[in-house]
Amino acid sequence: MSDVQIEGIETEAGQLAGPSDFIALLKPRVMSLVVFTALTGLVLAPGGIHPVIAFAAILSIAVGAGASGALNMWYDADIDRVMSRTRNRPIPAGRITRSEALAFGLTLAGLSVLVLTVLVNPVAGALLAFTIFFYVVIYSMWLKRWTPQNIVIGGAAGAFPPIIGWASVTGSVSLESIVLFLIIFMWTPPHFWALALFKSDDYARAGIPMLPVVSGVAETKRQILLYSLLLAPLGVLPAILGFATPAYGVLAGLLGVAFVVLAIRVFRMDAADTSMKAAKRLFAFSILYLFLLFAMLLAERVAQLAGLIA
Amino acid sequence: MNAGPEEKPVAPPVELEGIRLTEAQLRRRRARSIAIGLSLGALVILFWAVTIVRMGGNVLNRTL
Repeated sequence: MSDVQIEGIETEAGQLAGPSDFIALLKPRVMSLVVFTALTGLVLAPGGIHPVIAFAAILSIAVGAGASGALNMWYDADIDRVMSRTRNRPIPAGRITRSEALAFGLTLAGLSVLVLTVLVNPVAGALLAFTIFFYVVIYSMWLKRWTPQNIVIGGAAGAFPPIIGWASVTGSVSLESIVLFLIIFMWTPPHFWALALFKSDDYARAGIPMLPVVSGVAETKRQILLYSLLLAPLGVLPAILGFATPAYGVLAGLLGVAFVVLAIRVFRMDAADTSMKAAKRLFAFSILYLFLLFAMLLAERVAQLAGLIA
Repeated sequence: MNAGPEEKPVAPPVELEGIRLTEAQLRRRRARSIAIGLSLGALVILFWAVTIVRMGGNVLNRTL
């Protein structure tokens, strides 16, 4: 017993982590998308917000997202170890222990909610707390390993940041922010299933019931197309509802058509095609699609605030 | 009872048992400490800045 303990201690001390390992726990790439979409919600919201308060809001949302990432890695360390995509994360690689990640995640989660509540407003704080709870408990602990619909419902967690950004300014949830939520919500399934198509071996090995593993490739392709068809009109909705210009509407429409075309190509992909080029292309384009949509909304609003457009 | 100060026996230097960190580990621990310190400092500055913003002009409105 004591031998084991001493060995354990030596192992931990032997792999003392540096700050960069803890930054990796925050999933910086996911965080950057969260910051971007939250900022869009914050800038689009009517009424002003002091830049310092806005900075505090975005920082809290970013740290809250990071905390979710750390708690997700704490819970998923066992499956991260067997998937090639996640094998080098700090916990499976042995640089950080699970308990360190748990403590780090819980501390940051509490701190981010507290700061957003106290410095910005309680509605935004409550929304952030719910988002962290949804991602960690509902998605990571429950849905992810239980149902192939995991990312459909779990995608809601990733769709909340623009609502939190908007609420940071107005202290409320509105139709406009719900539209931004819906765009990300509908975008998540085709985005992740495109990835799951060419990484299905990984998910199968880890025992995660991703759609291609449970229902097969054909059903996944059908679902990707279905969600793409729902997503394309949603992308145009900000222009129809009047919180984006017709120019945005046209561009969002064209990008939506391109999304659907790529989804059709995935749908028609030959079952014997192991290179999965069409799926990889859709996955890459989906990232560009969401980025461009939110970048256009952001740029338009900034131009409007600067008096460049009506 | 009131005897003069006794000479204390000098203990031989004892090698402390436990984990001895390597140079690389000490460096990483130092980097972690600095990162935590900087984060806490940034949090203090953030709370200070937001306090000033929230008070606005009232910061000068006090009896002297």
